[in-house]
Amino acid sequence: MLSNLFPNIDVQDFWVATYETFYMTILALIGTVIFGILLGLLLYMTTKGGIWENKYVNWATAAVVNVFRAIPFIILILLLFPFTEFVVGTIRGPNAALPALIIGSAPFYGRLVEIALKEVDKGVVEAAKSMGAKTRTIIFKVLLPESMPALVSGLTVTAIALIGYTAMAGVIGAGGLGNYAYYFGFQRREFDVVFLCTVAIVIIVFIFQFIGDRITNKLDKR
Amino acid sequence: MITIDGLRKIFTTDQQDIKAVDDLNLSIKEGEIFGVIGYSGAGKSTFVRLLNRLEEPTSGSVVIDKQEITSLNTNELRLARQEIGMIFQHFNLLWSRTVKDNIAFPLEIAGVAKQEREARVQELIDLVGLSGREDAYPAQLSGGQKQRVGIARALANRPKVLLCDEATSALDPETTNSILDLLVDINQRLGLTIILITHEMHVIRKICHQVAVMENGKIVEQGDVLDVFLRPKQKVTRKFVEQVMGTPGEEESITELVEAYQEGKIVKLHFVGETANQALISQLARRFPIDINILQGKITQTQAGAYGTLFVQIVGDPAECSRALAHVADETSVEVEVIRDAE
Repeated sequence: MLSNLFPNIDVQDFWVATYETFYMTILALIGTVIFGILLGLLLYMTTKGGIWENKYVNWATAAVVNVFRAIPFIILILLLFPFTEFVVGTIRGPNAALPALIIGSAPFYGRLVEIALKEVDKGVVEAAKSMGAKTRTIIFKVLLPESMPALVSGLTVTAIALIGYTAMAGVIGAGGLGNYAYYFGFQRREFDVVFLCTVAIVIIVFIFQFIGDRITNKLDKR
Repeated sequence: MITIDGLRKIFTTDQQDIKAVDDLNLSIKEGEIFGVIGYSGAGKSTFVRLLNRLEEPTSGSVVIDKQEITSLNTNELRLARQEIGMIFQHFNLLWSRTVKDNIAFPLEIAGVAKQEREARVQELIDLVGLSGREDAYPAQLSGGQKQRVGIARALANRPKVLLCDEATSALDPETTNSILDLLVDINQRLGLTIILITHEMHVIRKICHQVAVMENGKIVEQGDVLDVFLRPKQKVTRKFVEQVMGTPGEEESITELVEAYQEGKIVKLHFVGETANQALISQLARRFPIDINILQGKITQTQAGAYGTLFVQIVGDPAECSRALAHVADETSVEVEVIRDAE
């Protein structure tokens, strides 16, 4: 049936492309979580009145975050080519997309993490201090668990932006559905390929949104 | 137990320095419930936070159980805080943890082993009367229940002192009373010293032994709760006493009483910490051939006994009336003031 409706689709290529999109999104997401939470924590902890209050660190972190968020993603990829080549050893294929994907979305997620942490009740942090908690305990047993629903819903938003980024990266050779749609659909004027890739990406987005919402609801005991 | 000497906290803003706590000196005995009352902005919340250095004092010293809190380094302070429990106006529970896990949190911080932790948590849940709600989340609890969790959590590491920061201000009157009863119960059972700050005189009256009145960062009046009730010196204290006793406006109402009740004596009975003769009126009526008519008054209970005034009309043989009043004056601590003698 697939071949009747979409005569130009190579099923094998399509599944590979879909797999590559998932691969890039999930690996980039893992990197984004790690660096995003680090950035978000750094922003939150060094802010005025924070536990590690430090004007300079806060300013520098905010500057890095703002600069990388300001650069359009497609330009960021080009800008990072030398870095990517140095780290990954190539500038082609899904792995080569990862540095740009992570550097592109971690600052965005970092801001969402900062917002989530700001929403944690100051009184609860104060209560933990009054019990003699170490800063490490406050981070891992108060700040992160108490902001978990917001961290997860922020991650859902980030994941969806990331799926969009993978498609852009695909156009300049990273593989995945974006790559497939551009080279096999757009350039050969076979628009059924473009259409199917669009449908596939929309479905992937819906899957991420659905899973994210479910987890958020499950975590939220407020 | 607790000695506070020259304690000061000055907040520096661009425009001016704000003296939140200004040269405070206090000494609090072991096992005492010590109340600090003041209007908002009086500095009482800052004061209680200075005791465990949630706010760093600008100068002065705090000594709790021979340990000078104000000279500890960060790590020593952390350990000292584990022996100072604190409860809050808005409970400050972790919503992501169940009742059980909230109470276990300070034990985790203190590094108590899991098995011991669980036993202790169960003990505390029983102590504060939350059995059956162990696995509920804070969002599923009422305000009073949340504060019970807060109290259990504060007591987990067997503290020497419990600090209460407006612990009942977010609760309705009935729940307030049940929480106050729990605090008295804990104070008596564990011999725990409690320092509580509040803006409600009702709280002071009901559970405190000692009270300090704060205004503009200073303690303006301090003493036994009954003494302060009886002889409030400062205007602000009188206003707090009126919160509980109602405004006096005695002058007019007494004249009215004297006019309305022409017969017999009219007497003002002043109860000051009377505990032995709670049934004074009925005792008098039984002992002497007189009739007693209660005209007006208000009696309230404090930790040291009843406090308040009653206006009564005494009708009967003048000699018997005088004997009855002499009996009150000699045998009880109730003060007698004859407003109008029988003609």
